[in-house]
Amino acid sequence: MTELIHTYWLYFLVGPYPNGPLGGLALTLLLASLALLLGMPIGVLLGIARVSPYPALRWPVTALMFIVRGTPLLMVVFWAYFFLPSVTGHKTDKFTTMLIALVIFSGVYLAEIVRAGIHGVPKGQVECARSLGLGHWRTLRFVILPQALRAMLPSLLNQFVLTLKETSLGYIIGLTDVAFIATQINTLVFTKPAEVYAILGLTYFLLCFGLSRCAQWIDRRHTHVIKSARHDPI
Amino acid sequence: MPVFDYSLLLKGPYHDMLVAGLVLSLELAAATLVFALPLALLVALLRIAPVAVLRWIGFGFVEAIRNVPLLAHMLFWYFGAPELLPESVKLRIYQGNIEAISAVIALTLYTAAFMAEDVRSGIRAVPPRQFEASRALGLGYVATMHRVILPQAVAITVPPLISQTLNLWKNTSIATVIGAAELMYQAGQVESASFRSFESFAFATTAYLAVSLIITGLAVRYQQRFPARPA
Repeated sequence: MTELIHTYWLYFLVGPYPNGPLGGLALTLLLASLALLLGMPIGVLLGIARVSPYPALRWPVTALMFIVRGTPLLMVVFWAYFFLPSVTGHKTDKFTTMLIALVIFSGVYLAEIVRAGIHGVPKGQVECARSLGLGHWRTLRFVILPQALRAMLPSLLNQFVLTLKETSLGYIIGLTDVAFIATQINTLVFTKPAEVYAILGLTYFLLCFGLSRCAQWIDRRHTHVIKSARHDPI
Repeated sequence: MPVFDYSLLLKGPYHDMLVAGLVLSLELAAATLVFALPLALLVALLRIAPVAVLRWIGFGFVEAIRNVPLLAHMLFWYFGAPELLPESVKLRIYQGNIEAISAVIALTLYTAAFMAEDVRSGIRAVPPRQFEASRALGLGYVATMHRVILPQAVAITVPPLISQTLNLWKNTSIATVIGAAELMYQAGQVESASFRSFESFAFATTAYLAVSLIITGLAVRYQQRFPARPA
């Protein structure tokens, strides 16, 4: 196993990078980060629409969210892979295809987190803001969202872990992410499939476990802060 | 874009392929559910066991499996694991439907790890005084779990388990990477054979959505029949 790591570690981390396109673990991380970053504004907008007082805004968004949550991500990837070219007219590369599918997906899941965050803000805050003369929009913008988004940080990290795991589906459309590179290494070595895939699993594990521990730590600290804030005399 | 061709989906070889895929997807989900539920219960009980070593085993199982993508599990159980077996066993396995078996193993472990957490939080939601009262009445640990805690935990655990079942249903699609001939795989096959990508993907999407809708409906019905009781 050490020999395996010794020979292929660079290929595993960046793919054929200096002599070819970026791949491997670096590509996986880049894809997950971009997906979350671009999915975030979409998530906030969808989340706000989901709690909007206008049914004309609320219903289509709810329907969209149900459709995306009811289909496998792979289906979204397939649609993006085969239909983006026929809609836009030119071929979309695999990275962009996967990124678009992931942005749609993480946007919808983030919207649910945003909605939960908004509902998590005590009702007194809304009433207070409204009685101070702020409208629906300004209440949201200056009172609710700042509190909701801060409380969402652990969920965001968990969503990142989820997205990181989902980037592995890029393998299916031939994106050179870390799962794909592992398969290539497996083909090159040929005799040690169990080791190669165990290393792949271990890599994902270290990343995702570390990140979700981080999320737990922040969550605990946050509840601690809230608790101590409640004890403070006003 | 060419006209949407319904006849393709209603009869003929492509229709048969897609329906066979849907049936295999449902079978994968059902088989996984049968194996995953008892495993999840076992792991959940390990997670809250009174012995530290057992708790660590449960924790290790859950974290090791949840933090690795299902795709990597599939690849491992399909390409990696059979190579570790002795030659004679390997031959026998390769004669069977190795794709479906690997898929069920990967799905079972993956689903069980998530379900175990739901079962565990269901058990923890039962007030501790129930446990104490039961022990004070002279029931042992196992009897307390079996007669007092678990029956109450089941009611709390069912809704999250249904939503895990929804995830399981969507996750069956990943079995396509190892070539299990489920719905997603068949949709891809039909697409490449007929170039009718829109029709085949529309069929697959509708089928996935329909089953998801049924599962969500079950969850809603359950919550109407048995509304959450404050403990």
